[in-house]
Amino acid sequence: MDHDRQAHDPSSTWLEVISSGVLTTVQDLGRPGLGALGVGYSGAADVPALRLANRLLGNPESAAALEVTFGGLEVVAHGGMTVILTGAPCRVAVDDRQVGAYAVVWLPDGATLRLGPPHSGLRSYLAVRGGIDVPLVLGSRCTDTLAALGPAPLVAGDRLPIGRTTAAHPGVDVVPVQVPEAGDVMLRVVDGPRADWFTDAARAALVSDFYEVTADSNRVGSRLAGPTLDRARDDELPTEGMVCGALQVPPSGQPTLFLADHPVTGGYPVIAVVVPADVPRAAQLRPGQRVTFTRVSTGTQSRSM
Amino acid sequence: MRLLPCGDSGLLVELADLDEVLALYAELVDDPPEGVIDLVPAARTLMLRIDPARTDLTRVGRVVSSVETRPGHRPDAGRLEVPVTYDGADLADVGRLTGLGERGVVEAHTAQEWTVAFCGFAPGFGYLVGTDDRLTVPRRSVPRTRVPSRSVALAGEFTGVYPRESPGGWQLIGHTTLQPWDLERDPPALLLPGLRVRFVEA
Repeated sequence: MDHDRQAHDPSSTWLEVISSGVLTTVQDLGRPGLGALGVGYSGAADVPALRLANRLLGNPESAAALEVTFGGLEVVAHGGMTVILTGAPCRVAVDDRQVGAYAVVWLPDGATLRLGPPHSGLRSYLAVRGGIDVPLVLGSRCTDTLAALGPAPLVAGDRLPIGRTTAAHPGVDVVPVQVPEAGDVMLRVVDGPRADWFTDAARAALVSDFYEVTADSNRVGSRLAGPTLDRARDDELPTEGMVCGALQVPPSGQPTLFLADHPVTGGYPVIAVVVPADVPRAAQLRPGQRVTFTRVSTGTQSRSM
Repeated sequence: MRLLPCGDSGLLVELADLDEVLALYAELVDDPPEGVIDLVPAARTLMLRIDPARTDLTRVGRVVSSVETRPGHRPDAGRLEVPVTYDGADLADVGRLTGLGERGVVEAHTAQEWTVAFCGFAPGFGYLVGTDDRLTVPRRSVPRTRVPSRSVALAGEFTGVYPRESPGGWQLIGHTTLQPWDLERDPPALLLPGLRVRFVEA
């Protein structure tokens, strides 16, 4: 076992990782407010999915859960616990019994939970009543993959302590949700701080053609492939602050859509910014999925679709 | 001052130069406008990240525009001496690029007071600006895949100390025994915006 995350209390409740799939990390609502130290927000890529999972378990919305990339997670419960899966809906099996995503599930002591690949979307959240109780690092339990803060991505053998709670159960055990979209996805953008660094043709191309999510995508950002976005000027941009949802354009002219672990500062111009309400949907895009952008004016973007 | 919205969660304030950035940051850092959750100073800009549930960019923009800054004023984060062994792999190159020679580079680096302007690239990686431009050098044309932790380096108008081993394109002139990033320390970053730094030969 690489790193022991078990509380040294033999009566404690914990999850043992048998297989972590492609990438599973601990995520909560991140580390806002430390940008001046060079520390980004990080936290769940699909924040509403994490919040929903926690609400349905009676956890504070900020409790830490597991963010599972493209399913494949297998864990064993040590001590009984209540769990739920939100975000990208996977086939969920408890021992040999199929259970549902978005439904509160009791994992008895010794039960094995396995996630198949998601039917749509990319990132699922496995939350446990009481929360994943790894130590806080700068006020958060989350893994920032870019800054290497928080617990390392899970590996087989990891033991994850579960917090205790006496909070009331919300009494809801299944909810209707809008699952992540399969197929082409439309995201709303507003002009970015450096839209004027690009040609009119580039600004038009961004909102008129498809961009495909490439395999070179992760929690830092989704690299997109589509029409090249040419610049109207060639000078170097002094390093400046970045936001989640920014479409940053490196010299290749192919944009990167920044997600939760994006760098705090960057040196390439941002042509447009995906509106905050659409960022969670962007975080569910799989490699190979196509996205179109539609430009909206500033001030209308807070409303959810 | 130009106010550049970033979605509705960020306001990028573009200023004439780094002095103006630091002067504005100094006014805002201890008492940021309501709903501002993060301030990110950079080379020519100050990013204010907001909680859209608590405020909006128009309101924050109005507050920022009305702030009276004091020219040349910088946030006060104290002073620090950083001991450096000047044995970096690029010291000879920097001596040639600047025309100062190796000894001249060491003297120019230790003779001036540096100020941490902002952090970025990695947690605790401070960008320090000096008082003259004798050490202004380009980044290496081919970045290194591995720069040792605590390397002292130069790029553009800045000097910096790598907080951990990482890839990097800055010109390496030496190393220090100080640890720029330590999670056991509060705050974990040693080189905070506004800190005045003197480099001394170890």
